[in-house]
Amino acid sequence: MAASVAVGGARAAREVDVPALPRPVSAGELLPWALFFGVLLLLLLYFVGAEQGAASLVGGHWVHEFVHDARHVLAFPCH
Amino acid sequence: MARTYLVRGMLAGLFAGLCALGFAKLGAEPQIKRAERFELQLDLQLRRAAPRPLVSRQVQDTVGLGTGIAVAGVAVGGLYGLAFAGAYRRMGNSRAEVTAIVLAAAGFLGLFLVPFLKYPSNPPSVGNPDTIGHRTALYFLLVAVGLVSVSLAVMVKGRSVARLGTWNASLLAVATFVALVVLSYVVTPGVDEVPAGFPATLLWKFRMASIGTQAVLWGTLGVAFGALTERHESSRRRRPDGSSPPRAHDEVVEKVMVAPGATSSRALRSSSDG
Repeated sequence: MAASVAVGGARAAREVDVPALPRPVSAGELLPWALFFGVLLLLLLYFVGAEQGAASLVGGHWVHEFVHDARHVLAFPCH
Repeated sequence: MARTYLVRGMLAGLFAGLCALGFAKLGAEPQIKRAERFELQLDLQLRRAAPRPLVSRQVQDTVGLGTGIAVAGVAVGGLYGLAFAGAYRRMGNSRAEVTAIVLAAAGFLGLFLVPFLKYPSNPPSVGNPDTIGHRTALYFLLVAVGLVSVSLAVMVKGRSVARLGTWNASLLAVATFVALVVLSYVVTPGVDEVPAGFPATLLWKFRMASIGTQAVLWGTLGVAFGALTERHESSRRRRPDGSSPPRAHDEVVEKVMVAPGATSSRALRSSSDG
């Protein structure tokens, strides 16, 4: 997978091998990964950023207080 | 490759999270401590009982802070890896390191800076607990605005670059982004819940520490992810004899050295050798 390009300008054109970049990831390959892990990772982010603040999936305030400082610093609304 | 990018993103995100944690510990924790003292004084003045914490302050500012930022780093890194898989080799012809750092800059701008400039981070004791639902909804609305604005700007540039040229297409993209963000700032309500007597310098320092923490997170993520991808790619295109070919930006240096008529010492020496 090497592409040949001319370098050296008009005075002395000379060909060197430049390594070609990989092909784009196809939508068919990416979509299942993006959907499944996208949702999972967003849920993870939700637990750091918003759980037991405006909304609550597990009861109490334990998660909120444990990640309290991280939530403040990362700029999520905390309380 | 999608799986590779996802895992690489989560690893780079963990590393970036740990770097951001170091920054937050040094830059933000002292401000949080000052703010907690202010809240304690306010409780004393108002003769109200301070709520007993479920998790002690010693745990909150060490393990809690660390876990929170590291987990956020892994989550952001994984999502970033998936976004990279979609963007790489589709937006322009940039090599991995460039795509990685541009994508990280876009993430910092759209997902953090856009909501932050309207609804900045607050240290403890700033903010009315009764309005948390309202403020959370507004914050995530602006996260969405940031994401859409950045994506639209990229699309505008991609569609108009052939017609307008790189410079004008970039200007149009920036103008689109700024117009959308300013419009969203105008139509969303302001939030002003800083208690009377809260030190302005403390508020400023805390917010600067927030920006710094996020900048370290996204910056490290972009550089680390780009470096890992570049290393992976160059190891896959090794020559048959096992030696690795020069990296893309080394080619330029090599070109200068071998061009006939060049006056660099290297070129002169090699021509005298030959």
